[in-house]
Amino acid sequence: MMLPPYLYDIQKAIEVHAQKFGLDFYEQVFEILDYKTMNEVAAYGGFPTRYPHWRFGMEYEQLSKSYAYGLSKIYEMVINNDPCYAYLLEGNSLVDQKLVISHVCAHNDFFKNNYYFSKTNRKMIDEMANHATRIRRYMDRLGVERVETFIDVCLSLDNLIDPMSMFIQRAPRPQPRKRRTDDELDEPERGPRRMKLRAKSYMDKYINPPHPEQTPEEQDEEQQRQEAQERMPRFPVRPVRDVIQFLVEHAPLESWQRDVMEIIREEAYYFAPQGMTKILNEGWATYWHSKIMTTRVLDDSEVIDYADHAAGVLGGRFLNPYKIGVELYRHIEERWNTGRFGKEWNECDNLAHKRNWDRQLGLGREKIFQVRAIFNDVMFIDEFFTEDFCREQLFFTYGWNERNAQWEVQSRQYKQIKEQLLNMLTNFGSPHIHVEDGNFENRGELLLKHRHEGTDLRMDWARDTLVNLYKVWRRPTNLMTKVEGTGKLLTFDGKEHAERDASVE
Amino acid sequence: MSQKIDQDHSRFRKIVRGKIKQNLRKYMSQGELIGRKGKDKISIPLPQIEIPRFRYGDKSQGGVGQGEGDEGDSLGSEKKPGQGGDAGDLPGDHSIEVEVTFEELAEIMGEELELPHILPKGKKTLVTRKDRYKSIRRTGPESLSHFKRTFKHALRRQIAMGNYNPDKPVIIPIREDKRYRSWKEEAIPETNAVIIYMMDVSGSMGDEQKEIVRIESFWIDTWLRSQYDGLESRYIIHDATAKEVDRETFFRTRESGGTMISSAYKLCAKMIADHYDPQEWNIYPFHFSDGDNWSVDDTNLCIRVLNEQLMPWSNIFCYGQVESPYGSGQFLKDLKEKIGDKDERLITSEIKGRDAIVDSIRTFLGKGK
Repeated sequence: MMLPPYLYDIQKAIEVHAQKFGLDFYEQVFEILDYKTMNEVAAYGGFPTRYPHWRFGMEYEQLSKSYAYGLSKIYEMVINNDPCYAYLLEGNSLVDQKLVISHVCAHNDFFKNNYYFSKTNRKMIDEMANHATRIRRYMDRLGVERVETFIDVCLSLDNLIDPMSMFIQRAPRPQPRKRRTDDELDEPERGPRRMKLRAKSYMDKYINPPHPEQTPEEQDEEQQRQEAQERMPRFPVRPVRDVIQFLVEHAPLESWQRDVMEIIREEAYYFAPQGMTKILNEGWATYWHSKIMTTRVLDDSEVIDYADHAAGVLGGRFLNPYKIGVELYRHIEERWNTGRFGKEWNECDNLAHKRNWDRQLGLGREKIFQVRAIFNDVMFIDEFFTEDFCREQLFFTYGWNERNAQWEVQSRQYKQIKEQLLNMLTNFGSPHIHVEDGNFENRGELLLKHRHEGTDLRMDWARDTLVNLYKVWRRPTNLMTKVEGTGKLLTFDGKEHAERDASVE
Repeated sequence: MSQKIDQDHSRFRKIVRGKIKQNLRKYMSQGELIGRKGKDKISIPLPQIEIPRFRYGDKSQGGVGQGEGDEGDSLGSEKKPGQGGDAGDLPGDHSIEVEVTFEELAEIMGEELELPHILPKGKKTLVTRKDRYKSIRRTGPESLSHFKRTFKHALRRQIAMGNYNPDKPVIIPIREDKRYRSWKEEAIPETNAVIIYMMDVSGSMGDEQKEIVRIESFWIDTWLRSQYDGLESRYIIHDATAKEVDRETFFRTRESGGTMISSAYKLCAKMIADHYDPQEWNIYPFHFSDGDNWSVDDTNLCIRVLNEQLMPWSNIFCYGQVESPYGSGQFLKDLKEKIGDKDERLITSEIKGRDAIVDSIRTFLGKGK
């Protein structure tokens, strides 16, 4: 439903304020939804036109239930698209609607100007609708069950992408090589084999008799040379991070399966920048809604409600992207306003001097605009999460204590906290996994490798994922990882799982 | 209004149903569902419904938080804390709890165990009538006048007649405008089935035996409730004497006395005679014991009560013998010998352990009576 006139007027007024502050956003289309539709749209990840899949139904049930029990409520949703679509919840108080509109302006500005969003499809609403049409067509033709099951398989692999590949030219891709099917594997390799004519196996020894002048040793040698030749070149030539793309190109898929997998991959890439900039983006939106609300929009009677809401959003003891984000922006603004950066500041060890440090540079606003344009979460934390900030904001790390069966505060050491934060954010907190070998053991098996960085995989899920991978690759699938410090090779051969020790460097 | 999501939602429910069916035997032999009972829904944990991915183990990870507290301070033992955020956020590592109604659960159970539907005995269903205010009439007492409707009609009439003035909006209802609330008589089916649980609480019945009885009774309740509009449950415990108790006491009491089963049967017979006319009620006595009755005389007395009173009155009479650490008693054998196939209303089952619960339920309820 379109906005009622009074909200439309508010929208326009807030947009003017936002623009005066320097925010630069796509045209915005607000719609107001009742909670049912809101839950529906939220279940679809913001896109009302998504392809049918049961997990959206599951999401919807959970959202509805949690709304019905009063546990959660979706205030706002905003889609990275041009024009930018955003949804307001019908029945929210006017203060909340104002806040959400301001919040959305900043998100929209972020989508438009942050580097990591620069490669995303700005007509994604249309694209999603196209995806839905394609998938529906397959469902009509092949049956819902079959297509949906395959979507499940693809989703199980959709975090195995290479989010940075959008910005870097990785080494030239190897030419797609047709993978041999099982039948062909049984036949002798047709290759540049010396002095060998094509023959059925039972005719082979007549058509290609052993060379009379060759001694058995020489024959062995020749065989070895041939085998070595067969193994070369390595496939893939270098490890591939974009596992899904690798499968699209090389797995024995039917054409509809290939298409479905490409759809899932495309959507994964579309959502990837949102995962990469969660803190930065939410922090930015929070910074600006609070700035716009408190300096321009709020009238006196609304202050309490606003403060109440803000306290709710910024509360909690566990990592809250809104909170850490907005505090970091404010910290940066303050530092650059007062000139607390650079060589001189870093080398000063007079604490009293440092406390009253103020160069009156006034560069804060400019700096945060720069940060929002070129940073992502990992860089943001790495660059600006300083020891002072960490101490002021009372950060700590926590961990699971097996003995007491509870979460406990573990450390208040700056170094550990920062390390933990960066670990969580790197690769969206997903493990680094790449294709190591597409012809493992020279038997057409697939070998993935997990670059272990101190945290073990969840094993039951890893095994289930190997099963799904098998459904795509149709030859045994392997994963090299570490479990409690020892290298392990997990294998699923189509019937059962196996696990053996392996050396992982 | 039908929504696009409904289709996806019903696909999801179908998958849930399939999963429950798949795991039903597990649920039936472990009591884990009982604690999750609400008024008419039950919450079932389904670990395997989420899409598996290569992910880090939950507990090994830890995280960063903000606030007061020293090293070693507790932050609670909940699942990994949610981090607050929008839809499309990182997927959480929670196992899913789904709610199903008892009706749905019974349906799944019926399909999986191939239970026949029950034909209630007696043609007439017991019905009471109740008045409900749910319609509108043009006449009635002033105390039931419906102000909003009356106002609307008056307004409509005045506009139509042209004597409504928006600047001075005075509405005066006349007789024809008046509307009154009115009632309709509704038939409400009344409870017409009763389960009478009897349990031996003598010293030889241990906690595990009681747990088995508890699990069985939960599933019996679920099934019978789906078959009748209303269902009542009564509970009798006995050692050497019998008494009626409420549900909680039933599963908790532990006595140390001897066992005289006849005491329970007599009380049960009295209960039926006093409250439940066998012509109108579908009666289901269930008796669980380890079968160690005090004396042969008492067993004979039991059989007499069964033959003369309980069985003629009941749809079926079920006896489940739970194996206790002291072995299984004689009572099951006696029943089989003395009554055996002569009366098909007697159903007996030997429950050796939790794994036998499913089969025992199928034995009890498999006759469709």
